[in-house]
Amino acid sequence: MTLYVLRRFLNYAVLSLLATCLAYVLGSALLRPQDRFYGMNPRPPEESIIASLDALGANPDVPIIVRLWNWLVNLFTRFSLGTTIGGQDVMSEIAVRAGTSLRLLLIGSILGAILGVLIGVLGAVRQYRASDQITTYSSYLIFATPTFVVGVLLMIGATSFNNVLGTQVIRFTGEYTAGIDGFWPMLADRAVHLLLPTIALVLVSAASFSRYQRSMMLDVLGADYIRTARAKGLPRTKALFRHGVRIALIPMSTFFAYSFGTLIAGSAMLEIVFSWRGMGQFQLQAVTQQDINAVAGSTLFVAILVLISSTLSEILYATLDPRVRS
Amino acid sequence: MTMQEEALDGTLVATSPVTRERKPLSRGALVRARLKKMPRFWVGAGILVFIVLWAFIGPLLYPYDATQRDFLNVGLGPTQLHWFGTNGIGQDIYAQTLVGLQKSLIIGALAGVGATLIAAAVGSLAGYVGGKVDAVIGWVIHLLLVIPSFFILVLLSPLTRGLSWLALTFFLAVFSWMILAQVVRNQTRSLRNRDFVRAARYMGMPTRKILAKHIIPNIASLLIIDATLGIVAAIMAETSLSYFGFGVQAPDVSLGTLLSAGTSAAVTRPWLFVYPAGVLIVLLLAISLIGDALRDAIDPTSGANRD
Repeated sequence: MTLYVLRRFLNYAVLSLLATCLAYVLGSALLRPQDRFYGMNPRPPEESIIASLDALGANPDVPIIVRLWNWLVNLFTRFSLGTTIGGQDVMSEIAVRAGTSLRLLLIGSILGAILGVLIGVLGAVRQYRASDQITTYSSYLIFATPTFVVGVLLMIGATSFNNVLGTQVIRFTGEYTAGIDGFWPMLADRAVHLLLPTIALVLVSAASFSRYQRSMMLDVLGADYIRTARAKGLPRTKALFRHGVRIALIPMSTFFAYSFGTLIAGSAMLEIVFSWRGMGQFQLQAVTQQDINAVAGSTLFVAILVLISSTLSEILYATLDPRVRS
Repeated sequence: MTMQEEALDGTLVATSPVTRERKPLSRGALVRARLKKMPRFWVGAGILVFIVLWAFIGPLLYPYDATQRDFLNVGLGPTQLHWFGTNGIGQDIYAQTLVGLQKSLIIGALAGVGATLIAAAVGSLAGYVGGKVDAVIGWVIHLLLVIPSFFILVLLSPLTRGLSWLALTFFLAVFSWMILAQVVRNQTRSLRNRDFVRAARYMGMPTRKILAKHIIPNIASLLIIDATLGIVAAIMAETSLSYFGFGVQAPDVSLGTLLSAGTSAAVTRPWLFVYPAGVLIVLLLAISLIGDALRDAIDPTSGANRD
C-alpha cells in the first residue's frame, strides 16, 4: 500500500511541476510586465528598465525557455520564487496569505464533504420522503447559483439581518476588524468574519457531494451483500453503515480529488467577494498587474494543494478498497 | 397516440407480461416516453423556452434600450416605468438584463456544445486506439485538471481581452472538455471489443469511420446529457470570469458584467444585483433540470430516479 500511494504521489508531483511550468510559460507569453515600466512618468532610462525586467526574469528578449530554466534553478537551489512586480518576495507573500486561504478552504471543504455525505446517505435511505425532496431541490438550486452569487446574496441577507437587529452582528468585509485587543475578542471577531464565506463554500461543496453520495448510495443499497448482511441478522443501520456507506465512499474519494480544484477556484472567488487578502486574490491580481512571478508562484501553490488532496484521496481509496493495494 | 406509447404502460413495469404482438419500443421512443413522465423535464423545458423567447423578443416590447439613459430617474428602485429599476447613471436594468441574457445564452450554447464535441473526439480516439495515444491523452487531461480551468482562463484573459467575446467562447470550450472526455474514454473502451466494432475493424474500415459510424452513435445519449450540462458549466464560467473582469469586456454586456456592476451597490440598492442574479439562477436551474431528467431517461441505472 505504501508503495502504491508513493507511486501515485510521484505521478501527481510530476504533474504539478509540469502544470506550474505550463503556467509560467503561458504567463511569460501572455503577460507584458514591461508595459508598466514603459508607462511610468517620467519614463526611466532604457537600461534601468531592462535591469528591472532582468531582475524579474521577465526580459522579453530572453527566450522563454531560458527564463523558465532560471526560474526553476532559483526555485530548487535557493527556494525562491522571485519577486513580484512591486518588489516583494513572492515566497514570503505566499506565506503571509496562505493561512488566510487555507483557513477558509480547509474548514469549508471538510465541513462541506461531511455534510454532503451525510445528506446524501440520508437522502438515499429515506428516498422520496419529504427530507429527501427538500435536500434534492435545494441542492439543484445551489448548483444553479455561481459561487460569487451565493457570496453576495449572503451579504445582502446579513445586511438586512443586521438592520433588523439594529447593530452590526455579522461583519463580513475583510478577515478581521482593526483595533480589537485580547485573545478571545479577536478570536470571536475572526470567527464572525469567517462565517459568511465559510457558509457559502460549505453550501456549494455540500450540494455536489450530497448528489454524488446519494446516487452512489442508491447503487449500493440494492446490492446483494447488504441483503446478505441483513439476512444474517445485522441491524439495518449497522448494515447500511458497515457495508453501504463504506462502499459508496470509494468512488467519492476520487470525486473529491477531482472537485478540489473547483473548490479552490470557488474559494478564490469568495476571497475577492469578501475582500480577503488571500491566495485567490493574489492570483487574480497577479494577472491584472501583469506579474509573471506571482502567477507562477500562486499556480505552484494551487498545484501543491491539488497534489496533497489527490494523494489523500488515493490513501482514502486504498484504505476503503483493499483491491487497489496489490 | 401511437401503438408504441400504448404499449408503454405494459412494458415499463418489469413484472408485467411482455406483449409479443406489438413491435418493441425503439430506444428513442422509450426515452421520449420516460421523459414525458418526468415533471422535472417539463418544468425545465418550459422555463427554458420561456427564457429564450423572453431574451430575444422581450426587448422589442419594451420602451427602453440597454444603453439609453433616463436622467430624471437615476438609481431608482423597480417601478412601472422601469421594471427592474435603474442604475447610478439612469440605465434601465430590465433592458440590460435581457441584453446580457442573450449574450450569456449564446456563449453558453456555443461553448457547451463545443466542449462536448472536443470531448467526444478526443475521448473516443483515446479509448478506441488505446496504447500510447491513450496514455498521452490521459496525461494531458490530468495535467489540465491540476490547474483549475478557471485560473487557466483567467491567465488567458490578456489574449481574449483584445478580441471579441467569440474568442472567450472558444477558450471556454477548449478548457472544459477534460472530465467529459474521461467519461467518453471509459465508455469507448467497453465498446471497442464488441462484435459489431470488431467486425468493422476486420473488414478494414478506417479508424476515423469506425469512430464516426459505430462508436459516437453508441455514446450519443451520453453526449447529449453532457452537452446540456456543459451549457450550464459554460454559462457559469462565463459569468464568473466576466464578474471578476476576465471575461466579456465592455461595450459587450453579459449577465456576468451586469452582476459585476451591481455588486458594489448590492447592499444599498439590491435590485441592481438581485434581478440579473435571479434570471441567471432560474436559467441555470432550468437547464440543469433538463440535463438531469435526460440523464435519468437515457440511463435509468444512473440512480437519481430509482423507483
